[in-house]
Amino acid sequence: MLEKVNYAEIVHRCFRCGYCKFPSDYSEINCPSYAKYRFETYFSGGRMWLIRAWMNNEIEWSEHLGEIMYSCSTCRNCVEHCVFKFNEQLVDVFIAARSDMVERGLVPKKVGEFFNNLAKFGNPWGYAAKRLEWVGRDYANNEFLLHAGCVAAYDDRAKKSLKALLELLDVAGVDYGVFSDEICEGNEAVIMGEFGLFEQLMEQNRKRFEERGVKKVLTPDPHAFNAFRNYYGLDVVHHTQLLWNLVNDGELKVGKVEGKLTYHDPCFLGRWNGVYKEPRKLLSRIGSFYEMPRNRKDSFCCGGGSGNFYTDYLGGKDSPARMRVKEAAETAEILVTSCPVCLMMLDNAVSDEGLELDVRDISEVVLEALKS
Amino acid sequence: MNLKFDPDRCFNCDSYACLTKCQYLNYDFESAREERIKIAKGEYSKVLEECKTCYSCEEYCPYGNHPFYRIVELQEEYGINLAPKPISKQLVKMYATKEKDLAAIREVGSKALSLCLFPDLRDNVKSKLFEGLPVIMGRQIFCNLVYLHFANMSVIKERARQTIENIKKYGVDELVCFHDECYGFFNSYAKAYGIEVPFKTVHLYEYLYNWLKENEDKIRKLNVKVAYQRNCSNRLSPETDRILDKVFELIGAERVEREYDRENGICCGAVFQMWGEYELAEEVQKKNVEDMAKSGARFAVFNCPMCYVALAERTAKAGLMPILVSDLCRLAIGEMPKLPGRD
Amino acid sequence: MYEELKAIVGEEFVSKEPEELYIYSSDPGTMPPVKPDYVVMPKTTEEVQKIVLLANKHKVPVVPMGGALSLSGLVRPLRGGIVVDMKRMDRIIEVNEKARYAVIEAGVSEGRLKAYLDKKYPSLRISTPDAPPIATVTANALIHGSGRLSQIYGFHSEMITGMEVVLPTGEICRVGSCSVSPYWFSRSPLPDLAGLFIGWFGRTGIVTKLGIKLFPKHRYRDVMIFVTENPSYVSDVIWRVAHTEMAEDITVWAQPRPEWAEGFQHTTIYVTADSEEELEFKKKIIRNALMDYIKQKEGGFLYLTPGMKAMFLQEPMSQLVRFADVRRGGGFEYVGAILPVDLFDVAYQKGLEIVERLGIDWAFSIRIIGRSHCMMFAYAYPFNRADEEDVERARKALHETNKAVLEMGGIPWKAEAPAQQLILESMDEGAKRLIKSVIEMLDPNGVMNPGNWEVK
Repeated sequence: MLEKVNYAEIVHRCFRCGYCKFPSDYSEINCPSYAKYRFETYFSGGRMWLIRAWMNNEIEWSEHLGEIMYSCSTCRNCVEHCVFKFNEQLVDVFIAARSDMVERGLVPKKVGEFFNNLAKFGNPWGYAAKRLEWVGRDYANNEFLLHAGCVAAYDDRAKKSLKALLELLDVAGVDYGVFSDEICEGNEAVIMGEFGLFEQLMEQNRKRFEERGVKKVLTPDPHAFNAFRNYYGLDVVHHTQLLWNLVNDGELKVGKVEGKLTYHDPCFLGRWNGVYKEPRKLLSRIGSFYEMPRNRKDSFCCGGGSGNFYTDYLGGKDSPARMRVKEAAETAEILVTSCPVCLMMLDNAVSDEGLELDVRDISEVVLEALKS
Repeated sequence: MNLKFDPDRCFNCDSYACLTKCQYLNYDFESAREERIKIAKGEYSKVLEECKTCYSCEEYCPYGNHPFYRIVELQEEYGINLAPKPISKQLVKMYATKEKDLAAIREVGSKALSLCLFPDLRDNVKSKLFEGLPVIMGRQIFCNLVYLHFANMSVIKERARQTIENIKKYGVDELVCFHDECYGFFNSYAKAYGIEVPFKTVHLYEYLYNWLKENEDKIRKLNVKVAYQRNCSNRLSPETDRILDKVFELIGAERVEREYDRENGICCGAVFQMWGEYELAEEVQKKNVEDMAKSGARFAVFNCPMCYVALAERTAKAGLMPILVSDLCRLAIGEMPKLPGRD
Repeated sequence: MYEELKAIVGEEFVSKEPEELYIYSSDPGTMPPVKPDYVVMPKTTEEVQKIVLLANKHKVPVVPMGGALSLSGLVRPLRGGIVVDMKRMDRIIEVNEKARYAVIEAGVSEGRLKAYLDKKYPSLRISTPDAPPIATVTANALIHGSGRLSQIYGFHSEMITGMEVVLPTGEICRVGSCSVSPYWFSRSPLPDLAGLFIGWFGRTGIVTKLGIKLFPKHRYRDVMIFVTENPSYVSDVIWRVAHTEMAEDITVWAQPRPEWAEGFQHTTIYVTADSEEELEFKKKIIRNALMDYIKQKEGGFLYLTPGMKAMFLQEPMSQLVRFADVRRGGGFEYVGAILPVDLFDVAYQKGLEIVERLGIDWAFSIRIIGRSHCMMFAYAYPFNRADEEDVERARKALHETNKAVLEMGGIPWKAEAPAQQLILESMDEGAKRLIKSVIEMLDPNGVMNPGNWEVK
């Protein structure tokens, strides 16, 4: 998987036609970085042309070029809507180009910090280790290793959703344990082009998994889910899938929650891994579910992917997260998602916008449904 | 490569069933005899221009003398254009094997399912029914019999051996033919022209019957009435029509008696549309679907994907559910097939 | 000046970084890049006005840009200066359902207006061009674009009902009914000032708002493709179909790939209706109009599978852009010759002669504009952007085609700067003097997109 796509054979094939800016119905700009910045440099076509220009020495690397490259949240909207045959490789091109830049030491400042912290501390913020000690359930040959991922382990809002998930697992009697000294699985590292760091993290994790006999991983973090599934090649379940099975099999007896629900597809769960049905089935079971105009393959990214939850290139008043919560507020009262990154981004955006919208992780609404 | 056609059989014929039974032409015994003899002699006959290429006379001929293939050869010889020339020519180019088609040939094992040139059906054969049967399809294995409708026997002949060669390259000993036309090519056409087929071919109906028979425990009888659209190429293997009855019986589908079924089957009309004969197309489609509708059937069942495309919408509007034979079988084993060609 | 621009549009919407200057120096066509000094993205007419005033103050060119998809390099700043990317001005201001028009800001994309109408006014539509959906409605209309309804209603420029313009000197002015009335219904019955801004490629001002006609959208749509093998039949085929007034859109395509298409001309006819009966009736009338060809076996309708139909019915047809990948090199450009339909055969033969002589890949794609009043005959040539020789070959073919088109009595549409000069060479002296005077009168400082329609 860590084979880099040979982008020199692809970049000149982009026509910059802009289909990749849109969802299927062309109703809104659906490329998060283009939606914020609006310069032609900040969409996939612009990036393809800039990579080519950089490759051919027509422009030099600059902090600005780095920011353009890293403002792509790798949401794969472009992959979904590009009309050319190389569409599947678009994001791979960006990852490979970033990786070449990284190899030459060319990374924008915030990305550099991100990598350094990840390398030194096993998380992007440089926080202390033993991040899941508070769970108090160390893995001991359980059915699942629960891997929280960096954001759910450290961000206060996401942590709450993790607690809800733990409560649900306990009710359903799911046999799981955590590594109290969990470290990052490295999804963002690889997506951001730090292949060396990723391999190091993967090796560390693999070693621990082997030593402690882990067979199956359960994670609430689609980013981690992606890395475990596609790069580690592990047997991994996302919590939406497990929760749906538990509810569907009657292991979790749920009632209904009040209020109109809508669902924000996390890119790493939806477009990256094709999980669309389970969260919808769950929400339809426990409440009144409404789709936002942009959903499933047309979902609009929260702007947090590819390290942007840390680097914040997609922040500010025109941020994708703020656009997204406005869309959600027009659709429903409760915005449900199933990703700690999305949860953090969207929750902050609701505060910034001053909206009356509740942002919750799917485990939180299922827990409420369980108690109702 | 010559057609095994014996004019004497026509001269001595006492039925002229080829013309007197024809679904489209109205010949009494006398006039039929006159035209038949011209055809047997290889002379021009107005039948060559009137023929709607429904294949039926291949089935009607009591002597297996290939009256239809003979007509098509003569149509070509006398330069008769059934369709507008650009349409016929484009069609010949459209299905010619390309380099990339040949490059797609792979060893698949001793048994395979030929999906002919119907990529839209790829998902419809993703079924327990066809489990373990690799699917092959594409222009490189195309039987080309469609050109029987376009007075173009030479292109079929030209491509026939290569098609068989190409299939051999897949390494199959046994080929299940999804479409009647492929089966007809190997079992009627090839024999009529003395072309050797070095592998066994199995008609879809036979395959389905065997599978269902072996898996009878998986069947939940449908208990429905179905109206069947018998396609032109089934005329090349009339014996398989009986097998279909057995398939229907196994899955609990009652094939309704209706005017335009079995020996009286009529065209789906697609070819007439290609020819530019819109009124004829309209006429046959209308009477066929009306006949289906009044039969009280719930499903309109097709085996030919082309018939399906031509008639699906119309049958649906008439209150029937259009479905392929194989998809109907899938319903009976609890699978939910999706509509052909839809995402 | 950078500081002044920042003060106008805000820091985040002005750039002088090499990355933006690089991207805004060219479009996907073959014209060589020309770098701007700044790129700005205004949000309001007032900001556009301030930018233009600033340009006058510094005597720096200012170049408006929509989707940058003309492919003929029309938004390259030929003399440098400020490129004004209009796409942040993306408000749909008004839809007058009963009078069937919309008032939009200049940056509204074709895709967005289409989606908006589909959702909020399902009985109304625009005449969608087959450009990618990020193309802007305003720029497309201003350069005389054409689209799905052009066979009935003419060029998109004819669908303009009014506009708000920032003149080269910075004044804001309205033309059309909106200059007198609150309604943007029509350019008549006033002196038609819109002509001062249509077809000028931004040489006479920046249009900031546009009134555009909307049309009935019918419930049913279908497509038929009539195939011939003799290009001399095509103009008559078109004439007959247009005569029925049953077709919504008529296009013709001829190309060597896929192989089965080579040597044939495909007249694509779109039919719309509000009931199935109406649809069938219209199709029947059209078929009857061509029955002579069918009976003589000289032409017939292609049998379209549901998949093919879906592709042709897509609006815009995304398949068209994929032509850029024919040479796996991300490029194509075309000469869009505006010609009388009667010249179809001449235009076709001339095109074949050019492509055969130059040994270049090609596709001809033609849209009928008006009831066969004229056609846009696109001679499209793909090229591999990474292969300079290939690009050069396409350039040569485009240049030769431009010349040939003028010789046969046609006019290249949205002509690139060198082709504009070719057109001017053939132009009536009086008309040229008028063009010159109009420019001098409106743009005394020569700041509005100079280098275009330059009368020497």
